[in-house]
Amino acid sequence: MIRPSMISRRGLLTAGAATVGGLLLPGCDRLSQAPSFQTFLQSAEGLSYRTQRLLQFGQPLAREFDPRHLSPIFRTNGTELPASPDYQLLADQDFRGWKLRVDGLVNRPVELTLDQLKAVKTRSQITRHDCVEGWSAIGKWTGAPLSEVLMLAGLKPNARYIVFHCADDMGGQPDGTDLYYESIDLVDAFHPQTMLAYALNDKPLEVGHGAPIRLRVERQLGYKQAKYVMRIEAVDSLARLGKGKGGYWEDLGYEWYAGI
Amino acid sequence: MTSMSDTAPFKPRAPKGEPVYRHRVITRISHWINVLCLSVLLMSGLNIFNAHPHLYWGQYGANFDKPVMEMVVDQAPDGSSVGVTRIGGHTFKTMGLFGASKYKGEWQARGFPGWMTLPSYQDLATGRHWHFFFAWLFVLNGLVYLVHTVWSGHLKKDLLPREGELKPRALLLDVWNHIRLKHPTGEAAKRYNPLQKLAYLGVIFLLLPLMILTGLTMSPGFNAIAPVLLDIFGGRQSARTLHFITANLLLLFVLVHLIEVLIAGVWNEVRSMITGWYVAQTEPKIGEPS
Repeated sequence: MIRPSMISRRGLLTAGAATVGGLLLPGCDRLSQAPSFQTFLQSAEGLSYRTQRLLQFGQPLAREFDPRHLSPIFRTNGTELPASPDYQLLADQDFRGWKLRVDGLVNRPVELTLDQLKAVKTRSQITRHDCVEGWSAIGKWTGAPLSEVLMLAGLKPNARYIVFHCADDMGGQPDGTDLYYESIDLVDAFHPQTMLAYALNDKPLEVGHGAPIRLRVERQLGYKQAKYVMRIEAVDSLARLGKGKGGYWEDLGYEWYAGI
Repeated sequence: MTSMSDTAPFKPRAPKGEPVYRHRVITRISHWINVLCLSVLLMSGLNIFNAHPHLYWGQYGANFDKPVMEMVVDQAPDGSSVGVTRIGGHTFKTMGLFGASKYKGEWQARGFPGWMTLPSYQDLATGRHWHFFFAWLFVLNGLVYLVHTVWSGHLKKDLLPREGELKPRALLLDVWNHIRLKHPTGEAAKRYNPLQKLAYLGVIFLLLPLMILTGLTMSPGFNAIAPVLLDIFGGRQSARTLHFITANLLLLFVLVHLIEVLIAGVWNEVRSMITGWYVAQTEPKIGEPS
């Protein structure tokens, strides 16, 4: 004789497993598209950010490599030539007319030409660029430490993030309403390796790599390394920029903290 | 087994064997959280891999560098496209599975097919959200399990090989028993056999930590915290390749584990991991088929 209690328990477990399997697998795509579930999954970003910042006490440096580790070819990625006529005119004139504006929550808004930026202070580093897709390339970057530029302008006490506005028209809106932008916290902004790079492998930065300057923030992924930087702004909140997530790719769903 | 049966909520009535309380509640919960985590991590990991379906060895590696493995679309001599997997210098036609596969009726160039990835459509940002959330859950679950397994004596009593179990003769006998698909009965059925212990220890103390460490080596933020990992694994791209190989080894373990469960008795094994209770088959009497 079969005992009913055994049947029900076995039946319950089997039915339970079948239900979970049947609901979860096709349901995963629907879950993936639900904004509330995305927000739930993205709670891990805050945990990763805080944990890494805690473990990064003393501002440890990203690995700097030996010249023999340089990638034979450093590939470009994203925009290779901004479409705007203003940018192309600057490029045609070797960026002699280019000026970097530093404003927002600063005591003294400043404008720097490329020569003035080069005179600030120079740093070179051979570091690894890691694309979020998974590939890496090693190059030698030369530029001005961001901390020096920020100190020229002097941050106000309520500044919390540094925003980079770019000529990069990645989104392709002809009116320029979705130009590339990026943002970092002050920990990364004042990290000794964070720089505004104007040379790659001892040659002036090519247009494909973000001429005249691109950001290097070496402890984060490639999409944080904003190219074609035109203006730097100190802000207290990221909510008013773009879709409020702190960057072009962030507005499209990628993590703001790209340390992993 | 007595060492595991401290608090038993209920015993199943089992006429053909001796009920033993085999898995404690923390072991059971962490096992099922692991099932969920590893499934999500594998499938979202394949979605992430698909964003750049090439693996390299060394500190750097990108499109102009030579990959050790890739899943791409090749141009056949007649001009048609064909999905291939290249490992070292060898090219294997893997059309329909790797390199190119159908998604919702349309051919797509993609490393792993949609039915293996999470989400099924190609979406790196979402794949990463799934991956990192469940990576945290997996690590926290693993820590709870590790502390418990050491503290409770589970490691020493049940997982570490006992005296004599690692002698070649004992191991060979166990290999022979596995080949014959002969499963232990009586007292021997109440404990893990030597190969089983080695497989579990290998997963818990080698493959899973390797998975976490190679994963962390891919993080530029963590590289600054522990640059030594770059030296241990030979670079970020080597770590990415090792992460992929280790995931395959874990998948292999899961497949063998599932086959063993099928052979040993699905219901008895699954119940023991849900309720804790396992029925150890009594030793067959002489003359009875074993």
